[in-house]
Amino acid sequence: MTAALEVRKLGVEFNGHKALDDVSVSVARGESFGLVGESGSGKSTLLRAVAGLAPVSAGTISIDGRELRRGKRNRAFYREVQMVFQDPYGSLHPRQTIDRALLEPLAIHGFDNTENRIVRALEEVGLGKGFRFRYPHQLSGGQRQRVAIARALVVEPSIVLLDEPTSALDASVQAEILNLLEQTRKDRKLTFVMVSHDLAVVSHMCERLAIMQGGHVVETLPASALADHKFEAAYTKKLFEASEGFQRKVHTEAPA
Amino acid sequence: MSDISSQAPLSWREWLMTERPGSRTQARLGRTYTTWLRFCENKLALIGLAILILLLLTAAFADVLAPYSPYIGNLKDDRLLAPSALHWFGTDDQGRDILSRVIYGSRLTLFVVILVAIIAAPVGLLIGTVSGYAGGWIDAVLMRITDIFLAFPKLVLALAFVAALGPGIENAVLAIAITSWPPYARIARAETLTFRNADYIAAVQLMGASPMRIVLRHIMPLCMPSLIVRVTLDMAGIILTAAGLGFLGLGAQPPLPEWGAMIASGRRFILDQWWVAAAPGAAILVVSLGFNLLGDGLRDALDPKEEGR
Repeated sequence: MTAALEVRKLGVEFNGHKALDDVSVSVARGESFGLVGESGSGKSTLLRAVAGLAPVSAGTISIDGRELRRGKRNRAFYREVQMVFQDPYGSLHPRQTIDRALLEPLAIHGFDNTENRIVRALEEVGLGKGFRFRYPHQLSGGQRQRVAIARALVVEPSIVLLDEPTSALDASVQAEILNLLEQTRKDRKLTFVMVSHDLAVVSHMCERLAIMQGGHVVETLPASALADHKFEAAYTKKLFEASEGFQRKVHTEAPA
Repeated sequence: MSDISSQAPLSWREWLMTERPGSRTQARLGRTYTTWLRFCENKLALIGLAILILLLLTAAFADVLAPYSPYIGNLKDDRLLAPSALHWFGTDDQGRDILSRVIYGSRLTLFVVILVAIIAAPVGLLIGTVSGYAGGWIDAVLMRITDIFLAFPKLVLALAFVAALGPGIENAVLAIAITSWPPYARIARAETLTFRNADYIAAVQLMGASPMRIVLRHIMPLCMPSLIVRVTLDMAGIILTAAGLGFLGLGAQPPLPEWGAMIASGRRFILDQWWVAAAPGAAILVVSLGFNLLGDGLRDALDPKEEGR
């Protein structure tokens, strides 16, 4: 079976600095794949490289076995692959209504029946009709992120790239958004590639994950391995202990 | 998230200010209305707006308002009369009523200002946004051209153009437009650079939008507020440049009642018959002031940082 997304020996350079070096990952159709690592490990860069937003200097990216030409992406690609950004305050155009934000991708791809599609997209992410003609500044962070998700899903992609979709939101809203993502993935049989620095989020959402450090993939392992502590690389262990260690501290410092 | 539709009929104000607009038009009108409310907070800006509305009305109804012909004077009896009940602003050396000439002159002023604005602003906006968004060699080429135009003093460059094209009000407009787009291009470029890497532009790129669509539909609307403000504030300068060209004899040609040309013809007897130059001078002053006040008010009302309040 061909992988939905196949990245082979990918390199990305920003002004001589190697942000990604010889990175290979493969994501199966319908799979939810996590990318974990510390800040600057290149996990977001990998996602942006797939989306065509980062300068690729080496290697190949294939979608459904079709290799993408470097730098150029055609319209068909953007129907297939969509992205949800980290910061919902920065990813919505400040002077366009929600309606306009959802209409734009439909207009670009020449969809018909835009009225119904917009209403349906809003309902799917749990926003009613009352939100349709609001401006982003009239929405909360969680609502904005729902709009961003609706915008990504409205062109009916098969692969969704999620760049830390909940890290800018507070804990209760985080859970809502994660559940929403989980639900839409099940309903639409989507392939997810999710970047996060939060091991708990990734192990909850993803079936497999890649641990990244300094522009390399250190280890690729199933999410169940995290729970069973079955990891090989020293860095994975350190990363896991760092997240665990924080929790342990909370326990010991609790008032007696 | 239930559908809250209006049960009781809303007042038009509530309809405009609603948090849940029901249609595109309502959302747009509501937004315009909030901008208008912010604009109204500035009393001086309202004075500026009033001055400009007065200018528009004067220009529109010049035929009705002007008591005499602006072109035909009475050379026998009416030369250089002081202001009186018959001639409120006095008469000039050709025996023409100055009030009538000032009233008809408002048409020329509006003509110049509007034409310059609709030629220079879009050119500057287009060059600036394309330059800022494209970057690379396109940016370098467009900005060096802009620099060349910026390197000359505006009036001198306009003078050179008018001298080459021949004197006349149309050529003066053209010359002013050619010399006034570079600052707009600079502003538009600077604005574009601040959000070309924003996530919402990346999101549009990810929708597969063409660069032209991104520039026209997503970047230009964001540049509009600062550009509108800048153009309004420049209006005073444009009027003065037009008046300056008129004063030098390169703008409107006699007998057109252009304010700058009127001052020029009045300067010969400015000490003895001061009103000949004073009336058009005051008109230029008031209209320039009006544009400046309006520009200041618009800056506050359209400021994107005020969004969301």
